[in-house]
Amino acid sequence: MRHIISILLENEAGALSRVSGLFSARGYNIESLTVAPTNDPTLSRMTIVTHGSDQIIEQIVKQLNKLVDVVKLQDLTEGAHIERELMLVKVRAVDTAREEVKRLVDIFRGRIIDVTNATYTLELTGTVEKLDAFVKALELTEIIEVARSGVTGIARDDRALNV
Amino acid sequence: MELTGADIVVRCLRDEGIQYIFGYPGGAALHIYDSLYKQDDVKHILVRHEQGAAHAADGYARATGKPGVVLVTSGPGITNAVTGIATAYMDSTPMVVLSAQVPTHLIGDDAFQEVDAVGITRPCVKHNFLVKDVNDLVPTLKKAFYIACSGRPGPVLVDIPKDVTAEKTEYIYPSSITMRSYAPVAKGHPKQIKRAVNLLLNAKRPIIYTGGGVVLADAADSLIKLVRQLGYPCTNTLMGLGSYPAEDPLFLGMLGMHGTYEANMAMHDCDVMLAIGARFDDRITGDLAKFAPHARIIHIDIDPSSIGKNVKVEIPIVGDAKLVVDDLNAELNKRDAVPDPEALKRWWKQIDEWRSINCLSYDRNSDLIKPQFVIEQLYEASGGNALVTSDVGQHQMWAAQFYGFNKTRRWINSGGLGTMGFGLPAAMGVQLAHPDELVTCVTGEASITMCIQELSTCKQYDLPIKIVNLNNRYMGMVRQWQEFFYDRRYSNSYMDALPDFVLLAESFGHVGMRIEKPGDVRDALNEALSVKDRLVFMDFVTDQTENVYPMIAAGKGHNEMHLSPGNGDTPQKRELA
Repeated sequence: MRHIISILLENEAGALSRVSGLFSARGYNIESLTVAPTNDPTLSRMTIVTHGSDQIIEQIVKQLNKLVDVVKLQDLTEGAHIERELMLVKVRAVDTAREEVKRLVDIFRGRIIDVTNATYTLELTGTVEKLDAFVKALELTEIIEVARSGVTGIARDDRALNV
Repeated sequence: MELTGADIVVRCLRDEGIQYIFGYPGGAALHIYDSLYKQDDVKHILVRHEQGAAHAADGYARATGKPGVVLVTSGPGITNAVTGIATAYMDSTPMVVLSAQVPTHLIGDDAFQEVDAVGITRPCVKHNFLVKDVNDLVPTLKKAFYIACSGRPGPVLVDIPKDVTAEKTEYIYPSSITMRSYAPVAKGHPKQIKRAVNLLLNAKRPIIYTGGGVVLADAADSLIKLVRQLGYPCTNTLMGLGSYPAEDPLFLGMLGMHGTYEANMAMHDCDVMLAIGARFDDRITGDLAKFAPHARIIHIDIDPSSIGKNVKVEIPIVGDAKLVVDDLNAELNKRDAVPDPEALKRWWKQIDEWRSINCLSYDRNSDLIKPQFVIEQLYEASGGNALVTSDVGQHQMWAAQFYGFNKTRRWINSGGLGTMGFGLPAAMGVQLAHPDELVTCVTGEASITMCIQELSTCKQYDLPIKIVNLNNRYMGMVRQWQEFFYDRRYSNSYMDALPDFVLLAESFGHVGMRIEKPGDVRDALNEALSVKDRLVFMDFVTDQTENVYPMIAAGKGHNEMHLSPGNGDTPQKRELA
């Protein structure tokens, strides 16, 4: 099962490596990991997407909670939640491709954020599936590079991860 | 008053009530060593290798329950200590390691004796810190001691750059500290306690299986009360020996790979298992697929991640072993119900049948010294009152099987990491903690050689440790596995070119003895134990072919034990069949 785990941790040097070291030392897989400071500069928020059986996810949650730098943790996939990922794509855009790509970007509600004579740079936000679908839709276009942020997320309703 | 960082480090140790620290100086640590020189409150024990410092601090902590403190320099100082830190981590010893670091402006420059101490130790410490500002020193040290000693204890490393130890700031030591990210649970959940008592009272074939957590929580008295109140059989892990008195009839001995037949069979056949401060390690469970197939399990542990990690648990209780067992006792006292006496009688009858196999029997008529006999004689000569450290291997198992521990903190060995070289330096810490008690180190010629340099430390501080060297000229446990599972191809397990341990001990200024006949064992022990003021190194030349029985081979279940040849069973036979 795929799980999205959000973690509030002390914004201190080495905190990230404690988390990533835990995953590698215990053989848990990380699909994506994002981290940035929150509105409280002493706290960072990390989002980890991982896969595992219920037993493994339970261990991941317990081991993360055991880290002294981890203040609070929430498995977003336990309830209704919103997940988003940001993707930047640079594509070759010449001749008819210029129109075609623009149409696709509109359909996926993305934006063209940089233009040259031969390229477009596109921005798209959404779920992992939507971004994957967009990349697939660009099949006939030459993709020069792709940069994806990894998933971040937040719980719906009143559930919140704060201190 | 303003103090330098170095003075602050030493004052913090004093204000934490630290009596001894174990260490070795070096360039980056010199300011701290200078501060140590100027005071008498904190005594520094100079080891001969930093691994010895960590093991000595570990031994001190295990014998006392107080944190062990290590002081090492940067670079090789801290890397040498890593084995000792990992040993303490695996066995949950409260320990604070102070490592000096190159000055902050040189960090990351590949400076002389620079190593990323925080990075290297991260996977084997409970937590670690790099102090970059002298103003952070006091709160960091306070946190280090708090984290090391609370919850599930463990080693905490504080890396202190040299310039931080030279800078000055105001010194005020806080009496306590709170951390928003760290607040271990101590009390068990009352609802879970009630559920546990219900299940315990309904057991027909119960077993109480306890580990090092009972020792760490000083919960032995509470455990004894619980076991006697219920009349249930109790077994201890290697780390838990002493928690329940070995001489008590309700005690089944140690369980696991080299545990007793009765303990392992009772684990296999039980219907209710109460696990306290134990973590279902692979050396305990054998093959998980075959582990206790009928058991409904209650698991008490202060570390939530230990619960449900290896086996499925019906009633998890997170909390301090002592507080939870006290709550179980209180809840039991409120109930009128008692365990089914008929079922319990049948269960004990079955256990007594298993016991009658006498699984720890060995050949008592041999012309060679049997290692088991030495441990039995050591028990008698010391009246069962010695503090015993051990190294790792066959001698460790024999000490665990044959020295009946009746109290906790008297059996000190590296259970989790299995560190050869642990025994002698650990015994130094134990002897410093208990200067008037008999401290023995049960070891083998392979293990003792790994930290033999500490014989020099023992001389410097007049530590009258009694070393029982079971010398079979092999890495015995390696040889045993090669005999059973590698068709007797003894690859690199023979200890060729050993030193003359008698002369070696004497060259360090100690007393050396060699014992070669079974008939001389007891007299030699009596003689050695009568030497109160000097270290005695007893080199027992033992039977090279002796193996540790019983044994659960890797991948086998508790009901698939190999018994000793005297019991008509050999692992080879089973393997072939």
